[in-house]
Amino acid sequence: MSTSRPISLRITGTVTSTLAVLTGVAVVLPVISIALLAMQPVPDLWPHLIAYVLPQATRDTALLLLGVGSVATALGVGAAWIMTAYDFPGRGWLIWLMPLPLAIPTYIGAYVYVEIFEPLGVVHNVLSLWLPRREALALLPGMRTLAGAIVIIGLVLYPYVYLSARAMFQTQSAEFIEAARLLGANRWQQFMRVSLPMARPALAVGLSLVLLETLNDIGASEYLGVRTMTVSIFTTWLNRGSLAGAAQMSCLMLFVVAALVLLERHGRKARAFAASAESPRLAERVPLAGAKGWIAGLMCLLPPLFGFVIPFVFLLYESVHRSLFGAIDAELLHALGNSVVLALTATAIVLALGLVITLAHRWQSSKATTASLGASQAGYAVPGLILALGLLTPLVAFDSVVNAAARGLGASTPGLIVAGSSAAVVIAYVIRFMAVASGLTQAGFERIPRDYDDSARISGASQWVCVERIYLPLLRPALWGAAILVFVDCLKELPATLLLRPLNVETLATSIYQYASRGSFEQGSLAALLIVAASIIPVVWLTRFADVPNGPA
Amino acid sequence: MSRFRDLSIAAVAAGATTLSAAAAFAQAGEVNVYTYRESKLVQPLFDAFTKDTGIKVNVISASSGLEQRIKTEGANSPADVLLTVDIGRMDDAVKAEIAQPIKSAKLDETVPVRFRDPNGYWYGISMRARVVYASNERVKQDAITYEELADPKWKGKICIRSGQHIYNNALFAAYVAKHGEAKAEEWLKGLKANLAQKPSGGDREQARDVAAGKCDIAIGNTYYWALMKNVDADKKPWADATKVILPTFADGGTHVNLSGVLLAKNAPNKANAIKLIEWLVEDKAQHMYADVNYEYPVRAGVAVNPTIAGYGKLNPDALPIAKIAENRKTASTLVDKVGFDN
Repeated sequence: MSTSRPISLRITGTVTSTLAVLTGVAVVLPVISIALLAMQPVPDLWPHLIAYVLPQATRDTALLLLGVGSVATALGVGAAWIMTAYDFPGRGWLIWLMPLPLAIPTYIGAYVYVEIFEPLGVVHNVLSLWLPRREALALLPGMRTLAGAIVIIGLVLYPYVYLSARAMFQTQSAEFIEAARLLGANRWQQFMRVSLPMARPALAVGLSLVLLETLNDIGASEYLGVRTMTVSIFTTWLNRGSLAGAAQMSCLMLFVVAALVLLERHGRKARAFAASAESPRLAERVPLAGAKGWIAGLMCLLPPLFGFVIPFVFLLYESVHRSLFGAIDAELLHALGNSVVLALTATAIVLALGLVITLAHRWQSSKATTASLGASQAGYAVPGLILALGLLTPLVAFDSVVNAAARGLGASTPGLIVAGSSAAVVIAYVIRFMAVASGLTQAGFERIPRDYDDSARISGASQWVCVERIYLPLLRPALWGAAILVFVDCLKELPATLLLRPLNVETLATSIYQYASRGSFEQGSLAALLIVAASIIPVVWLTRFADVPNGPA
Repeated sequence: MSRFRDLSIAAVAAGATTLSAAAAFAQAGEVNVYTYRESKLVQPLFDAFTKDTGIKVNVISASSGLEQRIKTEGANSPADVLLTVDIGRMDDAVKAEIAQPIKSAKLDETVPVRFRDPNGYWYGISMRARVVYASNERVKQDAITYEELADPKWKGKICIRSGQHIYNNALFAAYVAKHGEAKAEEWLKGLKANLAQKPSGGDREQARDVAAGKCDIAIGNTYYWALMKNVDADKKPWADATKVILPTFADGGTHVNLSGVLLAKNAPNKANAIKLIEWLVEDKAQHMYADVNYEYPVRAGVAVNPTIAGYGKLNPDALPIAKIAENRKTASTLVDKVGFDN
C-alpha cells in the first residue's frame, strides 16, 4: 500500500463531494428563485400594500412572534425548572407528557380550540347549565383573535423551549448551584442568577425554533383571522394574482428568518462554554411534600393538559361520536396512503442525501463541503409557503425544457412531469427537512472517532466497507431518529403541500385544511387524529434522548 | 449484494415510482378538473358523468389560488376545466389569460345570455343568492333591503364573514355599481358599525351565531341554509333557529352569484372538457344542482328544490355581471379602507 491515497478513494470522495454540493445548491435554489421573481416591477400593488396590508401584517407578525415567544418561554422555562429542581407526585408521568404538545400541529390546535369555544360548542353548552345561554355567550373567550392565536400556538410549541431548557438545567453542574447556596442564595435567586443566565444559549436555540415554526404557520393564523406576513404573502399571490408582489414580501420575511437563524447560531456557539463540564454531577432534586408537591404537579400539568391532552381527547371524542371509525371513507384512506407514500419517499431521499453530505464532509473537509452542510441546514428555516413559491418557477422551467426537447425529437409531450406530479411535493419536503437528517447524522459522526477510519484504511478496507461495517452500525440510532422525525414532519407539512399537490392527490393535512376552510372541520377529526397519533411516536423518542442518560429520571 | 446497496436501490426505486405515478396527461378518456367547489358537492356530478360517458375525471380542489396555479403551470398545464364559485373568480381567470373561448351551440341554446360571458370565456351553470338569515325569535320583519343593513337600528346585531371573501366582494361590488363609490363607502362604514363581532368563519358559522344569540341577522348564501336544514344533522338547530329572507336592493332585485365553468387555455383534453361542460347544463346535472347542492339551476324547465322555493320567489338583480366584475377591485379597496375586517 502506498502512502498516497489510492485513486478509488479519491474518486469516491469527489463523487460524494459533488453530490453534497449539488444538494446544497438545490436547497438554496428556491431562495434564489424568489429573489429573481422579486426583481419584477409591480406597478400598482405597493401603494395598496403599504397603505392597507403591510402595516397590519408587520404589526400582527411582530405581536404574534412576541406573544408566542413569551408564552412558550414562560411555560417552557418554568416547567423545565420545576421538573429539574424538585421532586413531587406525578413527576414520572409528566416527564413523558410535557413534550407531547409537539404532536399537535399548530393548525390542528387552532381548529380544535375554535370548535371547543365556539358558540353552541362544548364550553358554551356546559356554561349554559348554570347560566342563560346569552349570558354564557359573553363568557366565551374569542379564539379567533390575535390573543387566541398567541395562546394556542404558544401552547403547542412551548416544548421546544422546555426540552432545551431542561437539558441545560440538568447538565449544569452541581458545583455552581452549591456555590450559590453557600453564598446564601435562596432557590429563586439560584434560578435567576445562576441557572437562567447559564441556560440562555440553549434557550436561544429553543426559542428560535418556536419563532421559525410560528413564521412557517399558515393554517392556524389564517383560520384565526390573524393577518401575518405569511398569510399576506399567500393572499397577495392567490387573491391579488401578484406573484412578484408575493415574492417581494417573501424577501422581507426572509430577513426576519435570517435574524432568527443568527440568533440560533449564536446560541449554539455559546453553548460550548456552558456545557463544558464533562459528565457533571447533577444537583440533587428537592422533594416537595404535601400541598407544595401537589401545587407543583398541577402547575406542570396545565401546559401539556391544554397543549396536548384536551385536543387529543377532543379529536378522539369527535371521531368516535361521529362514528368516523365505523365508516372510514375511501377518501380518507386515499389521503392516508398519499401521506404515507410521500413521507416515506421523502424520508428515504433525505436520509440518503443527508448521509452523502455528512460523508463528504468527513472524507474531504473543504470549503465546498462545509458550505453544503451549512446550506442543507438552512432549508428548515425557509417557511414552507415561500419554499413552494420559489420551487414552482424552476420546476415548471425544467418541465418546459423537457417538453421542448420531446417536441424537438418528435415524441409526444409528457406534460408537467415534475411540477405537475407528486415529485414537486417530495422535492419540497426534501429541501425543508434535509436539516433534520444532516444535523442528526453529523452529530452521530462526531461521536465516531477518526481512528476507526484510519484503522479500517490500514487494514485495506475500501470506503464502502467502511460505510457498511463502521459508520452505518454506529449511526443507526441517529439515522432512525432522523427517519422518524422527518417522516412525521412530512406528514404534518401543510403550506408547501397545499400549493404543490397534483391532481387527485390529497394528503391528511390538506384534507383537514379543506374541511376546516369550508367550515366542517369536525368531519376531518379522524384525519387529524391520525396525524397526531403518528406524531406521538417521535416525540416520545425525543423525550428518551433528551434525558441525561446517566442521570436519575 | 450488500444491505447498504439494497437500501440505496430501494430508495431510488421509491423515488422512481413516485415519478412514474405522475399522471400521464392527455390520455384518451380523461378530463382534468380544477375546482373551487367542495369535492363532496361535485364528486356525485363527476361520478354520474363518468358513468354516462366513460370519461375519467381527475380533480384538484382548493379554496384559493387555482387561477394562479394554472397560470404558473403555463403551456404544459394539465388543467382542462376550471369550476368556480363566483363571477369574481371567472373574471380573475379571464384576466389572468388562462381561459379560451368555448364554442358550443348546445351551451348557447341552454344557458341564458345574462348568465354567460359575451365572448364565450365562461358559462354559468348554477346560481345562488346572497341572503339574510334572521333570528326566528328576535326578528319580526319578513322583508329587508341591502341598503337597510347600514341602518343604525341594527347596531351590534349583524354577523358576516370576511369582507374580502369572494361572495361579499361581489355583493359590495354590486353596491358600488348601483350607488357609486362614495355612497358605498358610507354604507360599508354603517354596516361595519352594525357588526356584532369581527368578521370570521364561513356562512354557516354566521347562522350558528344567530342561533346562539350573538347577533340577530347574518348574511349567507341560499344553499348553506338548505344543507344545514336537510343534510348536516348536527347543524340543523342552526337552520331551525333562523329564517331566510330574500333581501333586495332599493330598486328591487336580489344579489345572485353564479357558479361557472371555464375551458383552460392549454387544455390537453379539449374535446372531453367540452363534453363535460355541455353535460353540466343537461337535464340530469341541472337536477343534481337543484336537489343535491340546493342551487338555482340555469336551465329553463328544471325546478328548484322545495326548501329553496320556500324562501319565496327569487327576483335576481338585473345588474349586468360585467358591471359587478369591473367594480370588484374598488369594493376590495373600500373594505381595507374602512377596516371592515379589523
